[in-house]
Amino acid sequence: MMIEALLAVTLLSAFVVFLAPDKVAGKLAFALSLLPLGGSLWMYSAFDGSGNALLGGTLAFEEMYQWVNLGPYALNWHVGLDGISMPLLVLTTVLTPLAILAAWTPVQSRQSQFYGLMLFMEMSLLGVFAALDFFVWFIFWEMVLVPMYFLIGVWGGPRRKYAAIKFFVYTNVASLVMFIGFIALVFGLGDSVTSLDLPAITDALNNGELSGLGGIDANTLKIVAFFAMFAGFGVKVPIVPFHTWLPDAHVEAPTPVSIMLAGVMLKMGTYALLRFNFTMLPETAKQFAFIIALVAVVSVIYGAMLALAQSDLKRIVAYSSVSSMGYVILGLVAYNMYGIGGATFQMISHGLISGLLFMAVGVIYNTTHTRMVSDMSGLADKMPITVAVFIAGAFGYMGLPLMSGFAAEFFIFVGAFQSAVLPGNTLALFTGAAMFGIVIVAGYYLFAMQRTLFGPFRLETDYEVGRASFHDVAPLVVLILLVILLGVQPDIFYGMIQESVRDMALITGGGA
Amino acid sequence: MAQPFGTGADWVTMAPAITLALTAMLLFIVNSISPNTKNRPLLVGLSTLGTVVAGGIAVAFLATGTGEEAVSLYDGALVVDTMSLFFTLIFTSVTVLVCIASYDYMKGQPYMAEFYSLVILATTGMTLMASANSLATVFVSLELASLPSYALVAILKKNRGSVEAGLKYFLIGALSSAIFAYGISLVYGVTGHLQLEAVASNLNAEAFPGVLGIGVLMVLGGFAFKTASVPFHFWAPEAYEGAPAPVSAFLSSASKAAGFVVAFRVFVTAFPIAELSATVDWVLAFQILAVVTMTLGNFAAATQDKVKRMLAYSSVGHAGYALIGLAALTGVGGANDLVMGGAMLHLLVYGFMNTGAFLFIALVEQWGIGRTFEDYNGLGSKAPMACLAMTVFMFNLAGLPVGAGFMSKYALFTGAVGAGFWWLAAVGAINSALSLYYYSRVVKAMWVEEPTSELTIRSTPTGLYVAVLAAAVTSVVLLPAFGPLADTAYSAAATLFA
Repeated sequence: MMIEALLAVTLLSAFVVFLAPDKVAGKLAFALSLLPLGGSLWMYSAFDGSGNALLGGTLAFEEMYQWVNLGPYALNWHVGLDGISMPLLVLTTVLTPLAILAAWTPVQSRQSQFYGLMLFMEMSLLGVFAALDFFVWFIFWEMVLVPMYFLIGVWGGPRRKYAAIKFFVYTNVASLVMFIGFIALVFGLGDSVTSLDLPAITDALNNGELSGLGGIDANTLKIVAFFAMFAGFGVKVPIVPFHTWLPDAHVEAPTPVSIMLAGVMLKMGTYALLRFNFTMLPETAKQFAFIIALVAVVSVIYGAMLALAQSDLKRIVAYSSVSSMGYVILGLVAYNMYGIGGATFQMISHGLISGLLFMAVGVIYNTTHTRMVSDMSGLADKMPITVAVFIAGAFGYMGLPLMSGFAAEFFIFVGAFQSAVLPGNTLALFTGAAMFGIVIVAGYYLFAMQRTLFGPFRLETDYEVGRASFHDVAPLVVLILLVILLGVQPDIFYGMIQESVRDMALITGGGA
Repeated sequence: MAQPFGTGADWVTMAPAITLALTAMLLFIVNSISPNTKNRPLLVGLSTLGTVVAGGIAVAFLATGTGEEAVSLYDGALVVDTMSLFFTLIFTSVTVLVCIASYDYMKGQPYMAEFYSLVILATTGMTLMASANSLATVFVSLELASLPSYALVAILKKNRGSVEAGLKYFLIGALSSAIFAYGISLVYGVTGHLQLEAVASNLNAEAFPGVLGIGVLMVLGGFAFKTASVPFHFWAPEAYEGAPAPVSAFLSSASKAAGFVVAFRVFVTAFPIAELSATVDWVLAFQILAVVTMTLGNFAAATQDKVKRMLAYSSVGHAGYALIGLAALTGVGGANDLVMGGAMLHLLVYGFMNTGAFLFIALVEQWGIGRTFEDYNGLGSKAPMACLAMTVFMFNLAGLPVGAGFMSKYALFTGAVGAGFWWLAAVGAINSALSLYYYSRVVKAMWVEEPTSELTIRSTPTGLYVAVLAAAVTSVVLLPAFGPLADTAYSAAATLFA
């Protein structure tokens, strides 16, 4: 009942905070968000799962009850954690309190609603990572959209309404496309499944029980479903060319929301790709490995180039997310233990580092009221801790050793080089191209930092630059410590991740 | 079958309707003892209590399985089965919400006791509609439900809009009653029977195919009016907009469900598709009706600039979804249960979310805030709880998974797919996606937009608040509690096809 308790506590906290007076809402939300954090850490320490959730692994904290019997397909309440979902669960509960802390300074209106929505979003995200029945999973998946829409639309920047609607429409249409793709797959399975249980469906698919549907043969159906799901999840990741909602949403979203958006929400996309496309339809994924790898590399390079062209610090961080998430896709398509494991590890690592960078940009913005690179220089003297952490985070992004980003990218590149998914050295060539992305990342971060942080102090706004408050800097420090901790000791998560992706690698003969 | 009129024990199963009728009588007695009484707590208490008892009895019957074996009364003119009890639950739930909400809305209005007795009488009529198993009882109970409704729409005698709406509603209602009665007489002319099973077994289609066909289509027209389906929908936006908001809620939720329960029973029992498809293919008629109704309703809703009118048109759209319950019938056992059960589930959930939405409008009217979307700007910061509830209703109606509205639509659409009607489900899903546009306009106005003028919330009407919040909580709680409901709805549909 641990997962249910976690969800219930978070949901209840959301309601309590929503009804609390504005004055105490921020502190109350922070205090309450420590409960799910404690819960997930305890669950991590007591984690006893092994194997992959969809491939017959032993799950931790698994619960399954019959819920509704709607016609031929039963909907069950099925939740459980394996080595892929556990780290993401921890990531969510770690980032939420930090994001709440980061909101104390910038969010000054309708606070109880803001924090209530943040906690509601946390609950939905936890549900996405824990659910193992498609229907339950989809409910949580869609529920994430609602608080996000409000958080951007109400508390965002000047063009918030446009950004919120664009986000809502894009991702909602994507969900519909994905939903249709998946349901077509389930109907294609006919009588061999009696529920929307993900492990059961995966099992049936891997046993080749898919028959055609409405005149479409099984193989075509697989391809259609694969691409419907790929497009649907790809919007969330986001991959090029479905990425255009992301910079808008990020730039308009308030800092704490950007943290959750980049830190956790983008991972919903790659997590779903991993669970659905790559676990359920491995053959199709292999068949189209070339296209997927191409998409990944284009996302990496194009995202990095776009970041290079920006003059707004927040946009730089936003576009670099497109680039980093491209690495995740590359790792997935490598289809071996290092590749998939590294991709999963990169999800966690990117969650921490992008959260950190958005937070640092937020702190800089709170004190200077500008994010334009050209408006400022020499901030290092005025806000040393913030700047130090910002630099450390940027180095993490570039993959400096002993930081989590290094470990993640290292695993991905090793996996991609060794991968036999594509004939010959094709994937190795792709990987080489993708590695060039790191150079561009280093380029734009160093360039931006050199202009904003160093040199003589200059600021073209009317605001005094003061020291950031303790509660603004503390989460930055916590995050950088976590980034280093994971870089030094990746096994905190990597062990359980490996354990869970081994079966996937074996299915396709991608090799260990 | 020693006693054609049913034994005493059989009549006990009519307890919900009888309780409601007695409650209405009691309210009349109160009114005659103390004419023009303004004792709101007494009136609301009596009507709420009576309805709760009636609904409670229905739930108890459902739980104990009373209706699984259909109980036939009055020589088969009335029948109590799982479906009639299920719909009784829908009607009483809506009525309870409307009664509680009217506590504030009727404050200072004349004809208070009459208002409540009319509401309860209409509910009695609807409950009888759910049980009606003969075209005669169908007609009588339909009129019992309709006549109080006409008066309810016009109850604000000093309000031009209310009176005008009442008149329009009455005229169109009278016309459609006439069409309906004429249809019945044609069916009677061909078959010589009014009792539904007897009609079915005497469908001598070869003798007068044309007469029977016209009769069936005229009966269908009567239902289309009651359920506000295209092309008999044009009264609905006028009536819903003009009527007091609680009455709009009552009409668009309960009255619509009543129309559907009769349609379900009459068409399935009296006009079996298998025998009639050559004469009049009413399934095809319902398919056309469903597609046109949902599309037209949704497009019209998207172009409104008043919230209440938008809701009125969206209510037409939802009638279109529910029509799938009849439009996707194939005559093959299991699939039929799922489709019609899905429609019943949607009507139940719709009862809560739509009633809640109209009651929220009643609340806003109480505050003296205008009717357009812009007038709702920034309301969220003034009345967060009520607006949270409204947000739940809007997203629920649009089919986002914040409550059971998502589940019931899913049940309905997969039911249609399972019956082989991909395209019906697809049209429904596209319409559903479109509806998100206009529902989210309300949400956007309440939370995202800044208030255009100084908003002041003048009062916190307790009854309305209680009703709105109760509806919101229920429509969310129905999501986890969907299992037993779905089982009941499917077995209700199964008893109909048995």
